[in-house]
Amino acid sequence: MESVADLTAAEDVLLFVNAAVAATGQDEFHTGRERQTWSVDFLHEYMLVNYRDLYAAALALGINDRNKARIVQRLLSTGADAVPAQRAVEGRLIRRALRDLPASRVYRLFTALQKAKVNNRRTRAVMREWLAARPDLGFEAVKYRGAFKRAAVHAHLDLDGLPGEAGDELAAFLFAPKAIGKFRTPLFETWRRAHYERAAVFELPYTVAEGFAAAHRIPRGAFLEGIAPQLTRNERLRLQRSGGEAVALDAAALGRMPLTRLAAYVLAIPANEREERRAELTGALRAAARRTAGDRAGTWGAVAAVLDDSYSASGSTEKRRRPLVVALAAHFLLEALAGEYRPLWLSGNDDALLAKPRGVTALGERILDALETGPETLVVVSDGWDNAPAGLAAEVLRVWAVRLDPQRRTAIVHLNPVFDADGIGVRRLAPGVPTAGIRDAEDLPELVAFARFDDGRSGIAELRAAVDARVERWLAEEDR
Amino acid sequence: MSRLTFAGLETRPGQVWGQVRLVPLVREAPVEGLRMHPGGLEDLGLPADGCWYTPHGLTAEWTGDGSGVPEFGTAMRMAASTVRGSRRPKAKPRFGDRRTRVRFVPRRGALETYLPLAFRAPVVAWPEWSSRAFRHSLLPLPDRTYSGALVDGLADALRVFEIHPGQCGVLVYVADALSGVLVTPHPDDYRRLHPTLVEDSYGELIWRYSMLYDAVPEFEARIDASRVDSLADLRARARAVQREWAAFHDGALAAGLLDPEYHFTETCAMAEFRLVRYRPTFASVREAHVGEAIMDAQGRPAFLQSFRLSETHVRRARLLEALSVNEWRLEATAEALGLSTPALVALLHNSDLDWMLRRDVADRNLARHRGQ
Repeated sequence: MESVADLTAAEDVLLFVNAAVAATGQDEFHTGRERQTWSVDFLHEYMLVNYRDLYAAALALGINDRNKARIVQRLLSTGADAVPAQRAVEGRLIRRALRDLPASRVYRLFTALQKAKVNNRRTRAVMREWLAARPDLGFEAVKYRGAFKRAAVHAHLDLDGLPGEAGDELAAFLFAPKAIGKFRTPLFETWRRAHYERAAVFELPYTVAEGFAAAHRIPRGAFLEGIAPQLTRNERLRLQRSGGEAVALDAAALGRMPLTRLAAYVLAIPANEREERRAELTGALRAAARRTAGDRAGTWGAVAAVLDDSYSASGSTEKRRRPLVVALAAHFLLEALAGEYRPLWLSGNDDALLAKPRGVTALGERILDALETGPETLVVVSDGWDNAPAGLAAEVLRVWAVRLDPQRRTAIVHLNPVFDADGIGVRRLAPGVPTAGIRDAEDLPELVAFARFDDGRSGIAELRAAVDARVERWLAEEDR
Repeated sequence: MSRLTFAGLETRPGQVWGQVRLVPLVREAPVEGLRMHPGGLEDLGLPADGCWYTPHGLTAEWTGDGSGVPEFGTAMRMAASTVRGSRRPKAKPRFGDRRTRVRFVPRRGALETYLPLAFRAPVVAWPEWSSRAFRHSLLPLPDRTYSGALVDGLADALRVFEIHPGQCGVLVYVADALSGVLVTPHPDDYRRLHPTLVEDSYGELIWRYSMLYDAVPEFEARIDASRVDSLADLRARARAVQREWAAFHDGALAAGLLDPEYHFTETCAMAEFRLVRYRPTFASVREAHVGEAIMDAQGRPAFLQSFRLSETHVRRARLLEALSVNEWRLEATAEALGLSTPALVALLHNSDLDWMLRRDVADRNLARHRGQ
């Protein structure tokens, strides 16, 4: 039997991890970003002060990139509070986390460190080490020129000593690009020429070229046609709706996109066009889901899913339809994972591809429908604002657990894509049902596995063991 | 005298946001042959270089034979404007027969417009009022109404409210005081009218409550676990929870609207529908709701809009009612209310109704009242 303090500690940690998965610092349907910033900052501070080692270990737990960067920043700025052993583990975790983060996130983190005036020896070492390990520094210096420059200055970087062919020209490129005349590094030279020559614009990375295209007054259509080979995968997907023929992707290429991003793209298409392209889009979503499922495909047995397409799934202007996007992606992923799959949308809609955020969140009734099919696993993807009537889902789940399924033959998991700023955390369905925050549907299998600690009975020791094992595995990947 | 009902409408679970509770009403099938068009004002030809405010008024449109009403402005046979139509000479009744559209006064003005009408206020006083308004500018209203935008939390509550499928109405509670009702004949009308609730006006009481309270309790569903042995039981209990809520709501929360007896004044007949205004007997009620409704032949509301009067409104209405019952005789009214005449005049003065009295009568009685 665990003591109350242990249970509370476990609850705190899980609360933080769930929040750090779901909170993205953007407006949600119910609350704005200001309140969210406040709540999330509070959680970070609370974790840092009370459970510093677990706070650092959260980097290994699949939380979202924004919160990873936040954790790294806080750890670096409060290094003096840590004991040497902690610092060693933190150092490895930070190095591993930075390696996984997208480069743009890391440069933004470096800028944040500079703004916060965090310039201790450890911070400088971390920055130097990360920059030295980049495969193509010249490319990044062009693409993230401003942030790169700030990082170089802030970390007292010896630019000439950096590896790679661009090394000896970096300083000139960053600090006196006009003084040197011609560059020997081809990309720097292209960048210099793009100031005067239209053709050179198309050899630059897309985000950089956009600025030059505006300066050269290149029409959007011609620009996209020329820049198409330079587009990254996500940039290309983002341009599908507005880019026209030049950047169009075929069905096979769509199927290679990440599942959640693909679902977001599908839901942005008007319903009648979705109807027309039904076979293509469904095929792409299925392919992406199968690829995500990998060798776990078909191993989950009978699965029922209650998927939220109520009006609140429309998100905010910043996160358009995000909860619905996650539900749609989860739908296809569960279809791939399950042996036998029953999707139940709240609106009674049977056609997942035409999902539309409308109507009320009558979770109670729908969970009953799902339980009637006798599933081994029940996954509820919802923001948890049960309102028709409020609290019915909680009661149904409670009575189900107490009276009808005391042995817990059916595993029930609630995945919540929305951070509730007022509740400081993700909204729960019922006290006995594990709730996990979810950002990308791709993480669903790991979240379902991790959610078993969130049933209110696991203590901190058990959780700490699981987290440590996970950290070990994660860090071991680095050494390989 | 009869009661208001929500016959034909089902109460669904309310949604709470802060201090605002919105309780949806759902119709099984929409009412045939009647539609409400929000903002159905045609282009008034106002100059483009200026800022103009068109109050949100409603247009009711009906077909008379129970067939579907076409979208606003798409039917050839509909009169473009009933205002123009009503000015036609009465000698041509054919046009009047074809009239299938009625405009509503915007709700913000409706209150001041309709309350005196119900009491047959003496029209001889209007020149007096006019000259007083001319000399002393417009009179300050004894109490103002507040736009929904000023009611704390209402705009947010309306924004995050999730509309039920088939929803045709809503009851707005602020700190669990019923502040307004809207019922429409068709779910699409409701969808279009839902955001305009924030432009409606609300009484001072509601505004004050919205400031004083920041949360109301959610009606939490409760199921007795010991009586559940199977999934079918559980489903039955879940259904029962919903029925309990509907019964509790109609019996307790909405009692202030549904229990009292109302005077119905029929103002317009629209094929089988009739447009009525209703007001309670002010002497007996604690919660006073006035408004307009369109009733079908069985007396079920196809359209209903309600405004909760504040205490000051009710006090004025009581005085007007007493005066109206006693045919505007001061002595008889004072006797009926158990007051002396000077005291009644003082009451009228305090309620800002003494402009209806002759100046010398008012002054004499006020002086006597002060002297007492």
